[in-house]
Amino acid sequence: MSSVSIPAEVTKSISASRKAIEGGSLSLTSLVQHFIGQIELHNPKVNAFVAVYGNEALAEADRIEQKIKAGTAGKLAGAVIGIKDVLAYQNHGLQSGSKILDNFVSQFTGTAVQRLIDADAIIIGRQNCDEFAMGSASKNPWFGTVKNFANPEKVAGGSSGGSAAAVQACMCHASIGSDTGGSVRQPAAFTGTVGLKPTYSRISRWGLVAYASSFDCIGPIAHNVEDSALLLEVMAGADTHDSTCSSKPVDAYSKAELSGKLKIAVLKQSFSEGVQPEIKNALNTKIEHWKSLGYTVEEVDFSLLDYLLNIYYIITTAEASSNLSRFDGVRYGYRSEKATDLESLYKLSRSEGFGPEVKRRIMLGTFVLSASYYDAYFTKAQKVRRLVKEQTEELLSKYDFLVCPTTPTVAFGINEKVDNPIEMYLNDIFTVQANVCGIPAISIPLGENADKLPFGLQIMAGAFQESKLLAFAKQNEISTLA
Amino acid sequence: MSVSEELRSKYQLVVGLEVHAQLLTNSKAYSSDANEYGDLPNTHISVVTLAHPGTLPVHNTKVVEYGAKMGLATNCSITRYNYFDRKNYFYPDLPKGYQITQDKTPICRSGFLDIKLKEGVKRIGITRIHMEEDAGKSIHIAGEEESLIDLNRAGVPLVEIVSEPDIRTTEEAYAYLSEIKRLVRYLEICDGNMEEGSLRCDANISVMLKGATEYGRRVEVKNMNSFRNVVRAIDFEMDRQIELIEAGKEVSGETRMFDATTGETYSLRSKENLNDYRYFPEPDLQPFVVTDEWLAGVTSSMPPLPQALYKKFTETYLLPEYDANVLVDNKETALFFESVAQHSTHYKAISNWIIGPVKGYLNELTLSLDQFPISSERLAELANFVESGKVSFAAASQKIFPVMLKNQTASPEVIAKELDIIQEGDETTLLPIIDEVLTKFADKVQQYKNGKTGLLGLFVGEVMKVTKGKADPKLTNKLVIQQLEK
Repeated sequence: MSSVSIPAEVTKSISASRKAIEGGSLSLTSLVQHFIGQIELHNPKVNAFVAVYGNEALAEADRIEQKIKAGTAGKLAGAVIGIKDVLAYQNHGLQSGSKILDNFVSQFTGTAVQRLIDADAIIIGRQNCDEFAMGSASKNPWFGTVKNFANPEKVAGGSSGGSAAAVQACMCHASIGSDTGGSVRQPAAFTGTVGLKPTYSRISRWGLVAYASSFDCIGPIAHNVEDSALLLEVMAGADTHDSTCSSKPVDAYSKAELSGKLKIAVLKQSFSEGVQPEIKNALNTKIEHWKSLGYTVEEVDFSLLDYLLNIYYIITTAEASSNLSRFDGVRYGYRSEKATDLESLYKLSRSEGFGPEVKRRIMLGTFVLSASYYDAYFTKAQKVRRLVKEQTEELLSKYDFLVCPTTPTVAFGINEKVDNPIEMYLNDIFTVQANVCGIPAISIPLGENADKLPFGLQIMAGAFQESKLLAFAKQNEISTLA
Repeated sequence: MSVSEELRSKYQLVVGLEVHAQLLTNSKAYSSDANEYGDLPNTHISVVTLAHPGTLPVHNTKVVEYGAKMGLATNCSITRYNYFDRKNYFYPDLPKGYQITQDKTPICRSGFLDIKLKEGVKRIGITRIHMEEDAGKSIHIAGEEESLIDLNRAGVPLVEIVSEPDIRTTEEAYAYLSEIKRLVRYLEICDGNMEEGSLRCDANISVMLKGATEYGRRVEVKNMNSFRNVVRAIDFEMDRQIELIEAGKEVSGETRMFDATTGETYSLRSKENLNDYRYFPEPDLQPFVVTDEWLAGVTSSMPPLPQALYKKFTETYLLPEYDANVLVDNKETALFFESVAQHSTHYKAISNWIIGPVKGYLNELTLSLDQFPISSERLAELANFVESGKVSFAAASQKIFPVMLKNQTASPEVIAKELDIIQEGDETTLLPIIDEVLTKFADKVQQYKNGKTGLLGLFVGEVMKVTKGKADPKLTNKLVIQQLEK
């Protein structure tokens, strides 16, 4: 490995990396070598990456370095990115963390990843996650558990746990994850990184393996808000491959600024019993700080919060049960060798190829869509979803931001919450609202507990208010440069 | 199976038809793969058709346009807010494990279609027309353990046209299907070919005692690949159901397949263990909103339709019903007639030309009208030329028409002159010739006047000889008699 010593700063900031390369004090090749070294050193323990594209990354480094010198490099030249194993990248494996996609190689590159590549980012590898992005702990039945780099006894969160842990362990500048109910923000909170879920439809879903189509968002995990904004700026925008993708113009998120006296709503439930005291204290300190800046800070009661998880689990599992029907052992991926006829081919391939959480959600989704229960569950959940959306929009028309802790607790132990999926689901209590409503939300580091386990502050804003959201997040970020 | 006519006459047949029409779009409904029939298996497939992870459907807006056209042609109201639904079921030729269709918001609703029967016109209600995508094809080879899948058809756009249970006889079913086929061809949204599967029909069939107010339990019959087989299936099913009822048994609500070899239907699955398709709104597609402007555009692009043309042909052009029926049977012929009629008012004559020599020529060489070499203007000229009396229809069709087929520049008159077959039709040229002949045969004239009327032929023949056969025989006849009886 490279013996060149790499300053921490350039491994934690895309702009610092770019500047150092442009200034001649850093070579992109040695930076990539450094990241590969980090992965080799820590991945056996952290289990963040399931595949590393080392040689490709080095070849790219050489090419992009030339472009930087020639002054023709794209916005992300100098950036080294990992992608969650749910993002299609042509001629690279894509498994969604599942055995059912054994040996599957994607034949195309999704829009978000393509835009990163077109902007001269280097893709360094594919990252571990919960199977089909279903889960909050990245305890993958096929690829093993992702460990929290701050404490290997603890989870890194999920479902984008590998993506968050990779950033936390400085294996890459940033990662691209996906967020259906908090899957970018919760692991970001658990790993002390910045996790951004943009407005639904802001980034094309073409190339994102679907979990729940009307919730799924691609989002970056980075060391800082600036990099998050830059990555969003590159990935966002209209796409002919995704008819649900917004054609609203993309702002220069990385240059956004705040103005005026802000009005901030703090979710009352942030201080409820289940929230750990250190988190409440840190939030209170923030609130005092905002007040000292002359901002209006008010506690708001969101009465429908109790229904959020119900809506979330009914609609996402319904969509998932249908989205995952294509994994049938017929055209690609895993096919059971024991199959003797069509029915057993389906049953055995799916029984053997899906893990327990995925099966649970497929069954739940199939149930809520079945003729006898459709109205009682699915139709009702859709109605309540609309109500939640309206109430949230109304709230965000009065306030600039809605804030709360990203999670009620810090990262839990790997063997905790094993037997009770409901308890696991409660971890998503604060994050699902943004997905239910399709609004943007970001998790930024808020502090650490006595055991050095980080926790996050979640900020939500109105749809397509990413500029404002990122500017506020930037104002409140704790420098992670050590 | 045989049910006596007497027994049959106690029962009323009730049929509703579901017609699937494959749309003639260039690409598939939700992907850019070509929509092409008859190519090698699995050549029109992409990651979307194959349902690879991470792929999404994207609307082909032509499909909505074609759906709306079918609705406008069948007097439906057009749904403004269209969303799509997923119909979930597992089958190897359905790559996504669901079909994108319209469950709750069919693009067209509550229309009707008038069909022509011997006893007059009957109105058949159209319940709905919705858009959906086709599945691929499973090919089961007898004796083989494995089935083959061709996904070229997977994702090809369809409209499903669902009728009310208004059909009461097999004749009505046949007439309804013929009208649907004619309409889709007029609209150019489907080639209407049942044998190739671009038009497919399922029939919901039940019987009830005549005078009953409640329908019997219906049976859905699938797999009829021709109009004739639809009729056969309905006939068979009617008898089968009557026999069951007469034997005191129940007709079970089920799906049955028609076997064209035996002419019988057999049970596929009973409705009790029917798939629960778990329809729900397709979250990967934005709803399609039909605006006034968009709909106005579609409406203005509608071609003239057969029933309107029939009315125009019989009422404005005063064509006999037979002619009008033949002409509107396909759009090309009807439009060709219209176009020729722009240059001539001898409508019946034009119709005769088209139904006669033009069709004869095309049929003989198995050509379509767009390959017909004579322009509508020239054909009108030819018809007008005959009507002017300068040539007979027989001479025109046998001598001028064949030349015109080869030579598109010369006018009929020029050709006739070259062939020297112009009738010297007018009285002023004929009368002196007749007088000359009568003077020459004064003795015969006397004999004629004495009652030997058979001599008329001689005089006419002489006139024809003098004119070298160009005199109009009818007119000559008339004028000779006139001069003789002066």
